[in-house]
Amino acid sequence: MPEVPNGSALPAPSLAHVLSPKLRTVRNRSRASDTTRSGTWRWLTLTVIGALFWFGVMLVLVRLLRYFKNTPEIGALLAGKLLGLVFLSFFAILLLSNIITSLSSYFLARDLDMLVSAPVDWLTLYGAKLLETLVHSSWMVVLIAIPILAAYGYVYDGGFGFVVLALGTTLPYLIIPAAVGAALTLLLVNLFPARRTRDLLSVVAVLALGALVLLFRLLRPEQLARPEGLRSLVDFIALLRTPTSPFLPSDWVQRAIMSALTDRLDVLPLYLLWSTAAAAVVLGAMLHRALYAGGFSKAQESAQQWARAGTLARLGRWALSPLGVLRRELVCKEVRVFFRDTTQWSQLILLAVLVVVYVFNVKFLPLRGQGIGFLLVNVVPFLNLGLSGFVLASIAARFIFPAVSVEGRTLWLLKSSPLPMRELLWSKYWTGTVPLLGLALLIVGVTDALLQVSAFIFAVSVFSIAFLTFAVAGLALGLGAIFPRYESESAAQIPTSFGGLVFMLSSAVLIGAVVLLEARPVYSYLSQEAFGTVADPTDMVVGFALALAVCLMGTFVPLTVAVRRLERLEL
Amino acid sequence: MIQLHGLTKRYGSFTAVDALDLDVPAGELFGFLGPNGAGKTTTLRMIAGILRPSGGTVRIGGIDVNANPAAAKAKLGYIPDRPFIYEKLSGAEFLRFVAGLYSQQGPAIERRMDELLALFDLAEWKNELVESYSHGMRQKLIISSAFLHRPDVIVVDEPMVGLDPKAARILKDLFREYTRRGHTILMSTHTLEVAEDVCDRIAIVQSGRIRAAGTVEELVAGAAASGQRGLEGYFLQLTGERAARELVEVLDA
Repeated sequence: MPEVPNGSALPAPSLAHVLSPKLRTVRNRSRASDTTRSGTWRWLTLTVIGALFWFGVMLVLVRLLRYFKNTPEIGALLAGKLLGLVFLSFFAILLLSNIITSLSSYFLARDLDMLVSAPVDWLTLYGAKLLETLVHSSWMVVLIAIPILAAYGYVYDGGFGFVVLALGTTLPYLIIPAAVGAALTLLLVNLFPARRTRDLLSVVAVLALGALVLLFRLLRPEQLARPEGLRSLVDFIALLRTPTSPFLPSDWVQRAIMSALTDRLDVLPLYLLWSTAAAAVVLGAMLHRALYAGGFSKAQESAQQWARAGTLARLGRWALSPLGVLRRELVCKEVRVFFRDTTQWSQLILLAVLVVVYVFNVKFLPLRGQGIGFLLVNVVPFLNLGLSGFVLASIAARFIFPAVSVEGRTLWLLKSSPLPMRELLWSKYWTGTVPLLGLALLIVGVTDALLQVSAFIFAVSVFSIAFLTFAVAGLALGLGAIFPRYESESAAQIPTSFGGLVFMLSSAVLIGAVVLLEARPVYSYLSQEAFGTVADPTDMVVGFALALAVCLMGTFVPLTVAVRRLERLEL
Repeated sequence: MIQLHGLTKRYGSFTAVDALDLDVPAGELFGFLGPNGAGKTTTLRMIAGILRPSGGTVRIGGIDVNANPAAAKAKLGYIPDRPFIYEKLSGAEFLRFVAGLYSQQGPAIERRMDELLALFDLAEWKNELVESYSHGMRQKLIISSAFLHRPDVIVVDEPMVGLDPKAARILKDLFREYTRRGHTILMSTHTLEVAEDVCDRIAIVQSGRIRAAGTVEELVAGAAASGQRGLEGYFLQLTGERAARELVEVLDA
């Protein structure tokens, strides 16, 4: 126990004291944004969007639950099954997210050197970091769960008691994956160095998520809605009554909530939730006491990595030589940094899954057979353009939007060199756009081929997606530079920032505008082909020219503003 | 070679650098000496073109940094106090990238890279990713990168932080040799011994202003005239001797 000169012993720092820097950081950050006009605007935008999201989720769920409620016999069972499924998916997400977050909060965070070297009690450190992990991993799930639970409470007249019950069930439900995730990470770090574990976990997490999405898609859930798929109602009710996962907390939450809403509160699931949460924390703490010191020491070991120029790298440098020294080196640097950061390249796996699911969905669209005419077969691919645009925007948000922010700590080098900021953005733009364009053309080409569209629609969709790609990439890079997050520890956090939101909204407006502007000429063409009407050539020219102008503006305006911002940037 | 005229930097109502005038000729190693928060780093960052001045001008080799940044920066090598570099590049790749920023490549640059890495004992680490380098090794890599394109002017912020005694010695010798060959170095430090050891001239900076400037001998003579012994006494007198005395009182309390 540390002592002051007059001999009185100092108490060990409390949990609240260890957590206080985090709380103060949040408070100071919100105070700082309160005082500025842009900060207020930011909060207002986020609140409006958040409220719209909650309202939308509630609206859909309330309608669905009312429909269930009015269905005798199976209504409550269906509502319960749905809640169980939602909480089961949340549990999988929470567990993965807690494992990854606890690796950072227990082993890699910047404050650990100070905390571990200070006389902080092991239990306080465990508790503080567990709370930090829980908050960081669970806030998004909580935000989504609120309107869902509110809809259940509203439709089934839960009243104030339901709010207390919802809190009483959700809290232990969140604690369990946090404690289990932290314990699993502790075991992993004791087996591998932390930096290797992070690489390993990123890949495993992305693979698991990808497999989940693929599995869900391959099950073709839309078939379950077909009445001919059910043998008899009795079988169906029997299936609904069987718990999906009786040993998982998601099932306990569902049972506690549905019992209270439809009949009388069943307390067993509540006991199960709280006792499991308590046991997980106690066992986690015991494990922490036994293994943390060794694991933390191991976490300091770096993963030794060598990087010699291989044949591929030499070939790449040779292929890029026509660009000149500066551009070649900038592009090489971008590619190297991307492919050596596991947290970045592993997202490509998810991307591949996303594309496969997308193409799969298009393949199974019921666009063949009786009553499906030329018009529908060609309208769908045109609308497909908008959807592909959104897929590209979400990819650009992950890979292109953070491109300027990740330079934060190295901007001193770029700004003190004679490198024009225009060149920096040029290299980042093309390094991001070329693969995105390849992907865009692949998606649209394959889906158009699957749908057997006419040559005109094929040409429209290929040209449109190409120019949309240029514009979406321009918006992503430009807005990423206008709303940078230079202090972010990982590139994965950057797309979820305010600027990321602005980018997604702007992309939605851009894609919507292009689809709307092209709708008239495309409709004229399709009417001509289907009904023999005469298409007005002015419609065609004006529509496509305006769409092109919107795309060019989307490309150049944000990039020009970004160049100016970067030139004026002070560090 | 470096000319500062009325250089000022304000952050709201706070003035970090206050109408600084300075002329460092070619072939001189000039030391910027001052306590923490005196405005040394801010001045250096303005010279390097990272910060924009609120007033005044910076000229490097006669070229205005704000009017013609690319030409001025081509003559400059900057070494910051905090060695943040690309973690996922190897040492050799980082140096090649920096050479590219100055549009340089080829066998001559490769040779120079190898010489600089060998000088700082980094040759055997050149193919290892920077993320596994220690603080000192990163500092040495950044120093190597600043010398790579043979700039006319080197601006260096607290160069000895994190260096082992051998590297510190090498760096001092390198600085001396470099200025002897007609190049210019502007170095900030708060270590008096370093300034006394290597600098041709020194400026003592406090609250964004130059309080005294001259050769070490001139400053020591100035100190004697004001009743202080040596550069340290003079430095403390100009920058807040009371604080040092209060320290003793706190420790004794």
